[in-house]
Amino acid sequence: MFAYYLDLALRSLRRNKVFTVLMVVCVGLGIGASMTMITVVHVMSDDPLPERSGQLYYPHIDPWPAPHGRSTNPHASDNLTLPDAMNLLRAGRAPGQAAMSGAAISIHSEQPNAQPLLETGHYVTADFFSMFGVPFRAGGGWTHADDERHARVIALSSALNRMLFGDSPGIGRTVRVGDEDFRVIGVLDDWHPQPMFYADVNGRAFGRSDAFFLPLQTALDLKLDFRGSLSCHGDGGDDRTTDRCTWLQFWVKLENPKQVSAYMQFLADYWRQQQAHGRFPQSVDPKLYRLMDWLAYKNVVPGDVRLQLWLALGFLGVCMVDIVGLLLAKFLRRSNEISVRRALGARRGQVFLQFGIESAVIGVLGGVLGLAIAELGLWSVRQRPDGYAQLASMDVSMLMGTFLLAIGGSVLAGLLPAWRACRIAPAIQLKAH
Amino acid sequence: MTTHPILAALRKHKAGVVLIALQIALTLAIVCNAIFIIGQRIERVHRVTGIDESNLFLVTQQWVGAPDGDDAAGVAKLDNMQREDLAALRNLPDVASVAPINSLPLLNSSWNGAISLKPGSEMRKGGNTRTTFYFGDEQMLSTLGVRLVAGRAFTVADVQHRSMHDQTEPTVVIVTKPIADKLFPGGSAVGKAMYLDGSTVPTTIIGVIERLQVPGTGSWTNTFAYNATLEPLRIDANYSRYVVRAKPGRMEAAMKAMPSLLYKINPMRVLDDDSVKSFADIRAAAYRADVGMAILMGVVCLVLLGVTAAGIVGLTSFWVGQRHRQIGVRRALGARKIDILHYFQIENLMIAGAGALIGVALAVGLNAWLMKHFEMDRIPVVYVLVGLVALVALGQAAVFVPARRASNVSPIEATRAV
Repeated sequence: MFAYYLDLALRSLRRNKVFTVLMVVCVGLGIGASMTMITVVHVMSDDPLPERSGQLYYPHIDPWPAPHGRSTNPHASDNLTLPDAMNLLRAGRAPGQAAMSGAAISIHSEQPNAQPLLETGHYVTADFFSMFGVPFRAGGGWTHADDERHARVIALSSALNRMLFGDSPGIGRTVRVGDEDFRVIGVLDDWHPQPMFYADVNGRAFGRSDAFFLPLQTALDLKLDFRGSLSCHGDGGDDRTTDRCTWLQFWVKLENPKQVSAYMQFLADYWRQQQAHGRFPQSVDPKLYRLMDWLAYKNVVPGDVRLQLWLALGFLGVCMVDIVGLLLAKFLRRSNEISVRRALGARRGQVFLQFGIESAVIGVLGGVLGLAIAELGLWSVRQRPDGYAQLASMDVSMLMGTFLLAIGGSVLAGLLPAWRACRIAPAIQLKAH
Repeated sequence: MTTHPILAALRKHKAGVVLIALQIALTLAIVCNAIFIIGQRIERVHRVTGIDESNLFLVTQQWVGAPDGDDAAGVAKLDNMQREDLAALRNLPDVASVAPINSLPLLNSSWNGAISLKPGSEMRKGGNTRTTFYFGDEQMLSTLGVRLVAGRAFTVADVQHRSMHDQTEPTVVIVTKPIADKLFPGGSAVGKAMYLDGSTVPTTIIGVIERLQVPGTGSWTNTFAYNATLEPLRIDANYSRYVVRAKPGRMEAAMKAMPSLLYKINPMRVLDDDSVKSFADIRAAAYRADVGMAILMGVVCLVLLGVTAAGIVGLTSFWVGQRHRQIGVRRALGARKIDILHYFQIENLMIAGAGALIGVALAVGLNAWLMKHFEMDRIPVVYVLVGLVALVALGQAAVFVPARRASNVSPIEATRAV
């Protein structure tokens, strides 16, 4: 039966090629456009650390004076001041906590005449590596004691290690950062969480990766170059050490709801305690963002990309309405054929099935075309210079999704026309002949 | 021709009518908003920076092993290195003028603050004027090619130098006209005192320039896009930036010569691929996303209109085929070809008109939704009206082919069985 209906469907599609091509192109364009954007948004809103993200939290406390003008940067309070970060760090109320900031340094190997490289990385504190599960090819991170005594140690990405020392890890060797010697204590395996959630993610969270990590306190001590936004309030300059400038990111690891509520309590107490010292003039309102919530709060998927997704979905909607209309025309044009079949004993369900299968065939063809268009769309996205562009490619689930969407959409679009077709009465149509 | 028979006929084709109307409504809603977005992006991209952009490029470089600017000796040394660079660059035959600078319009790296007429005011409180700061020397104005409308430009005597962390406010500045007008409405700003960043020490405005855009292009700079304050200052830090105006036609040569020249003056520095950038590249990078968005929206609109037109052609063709016999009867009873043509055109006008009216409501609703969830402004009525006319016209164009086929149906059809 199924094979017969399939045969009927193919015959019918061949009968009016222009119509068929029109419908297939319509499905293909709608599916292609929306799958391109769904894939882009899908890869952009992926979990950067799937195994750990559930236990990672970003504390948000706001030291800024109350009336935030409309023109001020709304994300100024997303970062912490150095004194607050150090207080939270030293309080050690969570099983793991780390403060961090973006870094830009010139680095070269100890060989004379070595050309310095301009690299970006992060200044972090000891727990960073264990908390985020940073994989090491050789060596490892540093300890709290190293943090406190401002140790001159550095961990390199495997790419930077290769540039400086060739293929073997340069553990124990010395690199020069600016004017200072640092000892290499770790070489990372490939580790490129996307988006780079731990960075100051305003705007550019994709396509970057860090070439090195070194202790935050050491960097402050040596006045190395920081990277990222620095927002200050009040008078007295933009010194990184003051309690009026926010610029540090801070992450904590909390393993269960009890620890989460305890940490919330701690943040509220800290806020009140700072108010007693004349800081944090706003009413006590600490927040703890789970990693994925933090990314959503920071709008990691840019507005333009979300807008493009909605545009593509709207486009798909119009295409689907179009298909419904075209299928309706196509099916009802065959009223005579249907009524003959009905008169010869075909039940309504069978007619319905026949046209359902015809819609599905269009869906499959449209899906194939849509897949090609989506691949073309993703290829064009990859040509964009944006950071997320390189991520834009389909995985198996997206591939399956494309076909399901195409076939599902077409069958859905075929429901009304098929229902109208199966309601054609046998007698009246025959009478006309 | 009366519309009554058309309406009566449409009642027999409810599903098709609803589908065409719905499609026109959706298309109208999407296309109106998309074109509005395109218009906004184009407007954004065409904002003028206020500088003379041709023959201009920027050099950014970082010192290696330079002193930090924490003590006077370090600052003096950094300043010497910077002046050495400037002197060498100014000597180049391809170069017209050079100035040290902290940023340029559209560069998205900025130093922002606020201006008040009262000393020591809290920066974040309302009533202050937001501004971005540009630091440069006496050649900054001429190199940028900005137009001075009042007062005087900086002289060598005005130019100070200090480290990045030194918060001393300058004694004299030049501001853009929007700042001057806001601070001193109706009067001249030249010679007047004001206070920068909540300082208690006054700063005097010595000149007003017509226009200079801020470096930031994000929407957060929209409230002060042309509020710029120019300070006669060389910043001594472990990096430096020079804005260079090449002689006409010599920019490429001057840019090419830059890295080797700088390394020759002092090898202890780092330059990377981005270190020498023409202003055209800076502009392109700043607006790449906007241009991309506009093109994408445009393509989607065109395809959408095509799909809608194809849908109308398809359904109307079906109706024409279905009514072959009726058309033949009408023709046999004396209807002219043009009457049949008009019948289908009026029918389409009614459907498309109804769809377009629904579409207007949808377009406004969609705009309200976009305003809530994205950075969007209210759509001007003219966009919606143009969209309405465009879609009705699209419907008429799409219906023409099947309607003409209908008008060519021979009266003899009436005599045929089917």
